[in-house]
Amino acid sequence: MTSGRPLNTLETLKTLKTQTFLGIPPFPIAAKKALADSQLRGNMHHATHTIRTKRARVTSELPDWEELRVAGADIKDDVMANLDGYLVQLEESLVKAGATVHWARDAAEANQIVIDIARRHKVGEVVKVKSMATGEIELNVAMEEAGISVWETDLAELIVQLGHDLPSHILVPAIHRNRAEVREIFLREMGKVGMPAAADLSDEPAELAGAARRHLREKFLRAKVAVSGANFMVADTGTLVVVESEGNGRMCLTLPEVLISVVGIEKIVPTWADLEVFLQLLPRSATGERMNPYTSTWTGVTQGDGPQEVHVVLLDNNRTTVLADEVGRQALRCIRCSACLNVCPVYERVGGHAYGSIYPGPIGAILTPMLKGVGTSAQIDSLPFASSLCGVCYEVCPVRINIPQVLVHLREKVVDSHRGGVPGTLMTTMKGASWLLGGGWRLGLLQKAAGLSSRVLWKQGVIGRMPRPMSRWTDARDCPAPPRESFRRWWARTDGGLKNAGSASNTPRKGTGQK
Amino acid sequence: MKAREEILQRVQSANIAATHQPVRRDYAHTVELADPVATFVERVEDYKATVIRTGLDGVAAAVAKSLEGARRVVVPAGFNESWLPEGIDPVPDEPALSSEDLDGIDAVLTSATVAIAVTGTIVLDHTEGQGRRALTLVPDLHVCVLTADQIVGDVPEAVARLSASVDAGRPLTWVSGPSATVDIELIRVHGVHGPRTLRVVLVESTA
Repeated sequence: MTSGRPLNTLETLKTLKTQTFLGIPPFPIAAKKALADSQLRGNMHHATHTIRTKRARVTSELPDWEELRVAGADIKDDVMANLDGYLVQLEESLVKAGATVHWARDAAEANQIVIDIARRHKVGEVVKVKSMATGEIELNVAMEEAGISVWETDLAELIVQLGHDLPSHILVPAIHRNRAEVREIFLREMGKVGMPAAADLSDEPAELAGAARRHLREKFLRAKVAVSGANFMVADTGTLVVVESEGNGRMCLTLPEVLISVVGIEKIVPTWADLEVFLQLLPRSATGERMNPYTSTWTGVTQGDGPQEVHVVLLDNNRTTVLADEVGRQALRCIRCSACLNVCPVYERVGGHAYGSIYPGPIGAILTPMLKGVGTSAQIDSLPFASSLCGVCYEVCPVRINIPQVLVHLREKVVDSHRGGVPGTLMTTMKGASWLLGGGWRLGLLQKAAGLSSRVLWKQGVIGRMPRPMSRWTDARDCPAPPRESFRRWWARTDGGLKNAGSASNTPRKGTGQK
Repeated sequence: MKAREEILQRVQSANIAATHQPVRRDYAHTVELADPVATFVERVEDYKATVIRTGLDGVAAAVAKSLEGARRVVVPAGFNESWLPEGIDPVPDEPALSSEDLDGIDAVLTSATVAIAVTGTIVLDHTEGQGRRALTLVPDLHVCVLTADQIVGDVPEAVARLSASVDAGRPLTWVSGPSATVDIELIRVHGVHGPRTLRVVLVESTA
């Protein structure tokens, strides 16, 4: 299949099998596999360090950065506290501006709305702007099943789609791929679904981008229907905002006759003036630029300019469940900048796929369990533990989401959801510890035993590998050996240090901490 | 309208205190720059766009230089005719050019509404002289003529100035340099889908 002509739907379906995150194992297992991939680790290290440095530079340029963060958080909190009122106001503004408003309780409902609109216009394909919400509801899979091809037009999304791959980052979804891999994918796949890449294509990023430009241009020019998300929706004017870099967003928002935007209900800002905060916070936090190349705003239908039929699908898909969680609701402030991914020591090492969700990294570790429900699978329940709780994500978050706080909150929920039934190792250990530490004499006994054991162990200063089930802890960590004499015994022997202060040869410990 | 009622109902039963907490807005609403024009030029050039600064009498010549190499140039209705260089035969957008027609155009020449010094951004509200959105998107070269009085300090001042356009239902396009991507190994590449080249002509009455 080498022709540049549009293919019929059936042929397209053969080649475009959108992947899903279904079947990704729990985080520790997926992470182990990712850690063994040195190419992936190299790509991820380079990417996260580059963006994090750029972000730090451009945020330090603004003397009022902290005040902007506070305002961003406050505005979003106000939206959450009055969401029903703002939603109704937004709907009124949109309708007045000539847009059609749809409401979708869940993914299936949202997908059906989009499919129905596309069918009404008798199209076999749509062009699409990169959007997290449509990824979350797996719109592409539903459209393909309905016989409608979806062309991803963001360069990274195109790489992911043509590579039958999954996104691994919110902002740069193909960051796990290097140039040689991209070249190979373009050469192999582009011709199957449209304009092929030139046979002598090199792996220079500029040339690869050029191939994408040519491949997608024919799709932009003939597209009748486009699907997008939105970064913001302004309640008082009915204005939608898309922030982007390449111009593929502008192509989709401008050239087709029909535009369908699927947007989470939390994307509201109350007034146009509120964008003065977010249009400073977002680009600097996301790509580390003072401003992204293109930002488009549109208010319903503009006569003689752009799509003359404009739809907005307001998506819940469990956002209202998150809203009802007093600690967790702050996650709804998220503006999808991905600053937390780029600074996270865990994300940097394992990449995005191990999180098994369109939302990876620290924000994914809290958002995914809340959107899908704690206790629904081992994979989801592993996510709140995919963190060292170092807190850097909170420090860089432009809307001050206290991610560590929500992680701990969700760990509690995970544990609660597994109460009853046969207790696991952790539960048994905790129960045992609670009994041992529950009485003075038991603790004394424990310390005596520990002191004795230390006579065997103290030479190394650390406890090394231990048999199962304790090996699950000691395999990845060193544990300091217990002192030969406990504090309580020392106190009794020396009368609180008043007599005979000579030590019982407590050896200073070395080599503690992580391996 | 079942989904609508149910979502609103779920929001209301989320048990959240429906109070308007005052939003702390202690950030800068204006910025004092020693030379806003110089800052703007520096920041635009940072994006690898070019700027020609000129007085009123040199605009046409600067536009001609910026359009060098472009054979077919689309100029939207309402563009200041005194800024048009001689010998140029602009392609009109009346009746509206098709997307395919636009794909065969080399360049577009427009004015703008507001520019932001700190971020090096140009904003079009697509009124007179700026054309509909597709005009500044499909051709590969965008030449934009700005006047110095259109430059404001930072984003809040621009948002305030653009309020009237938004209230009137106008779409906006914020442009900060040429189209770009960092999707492959985070290496910046210019010109994926939007114009690969952006040239700004900056008109200063005193220059």
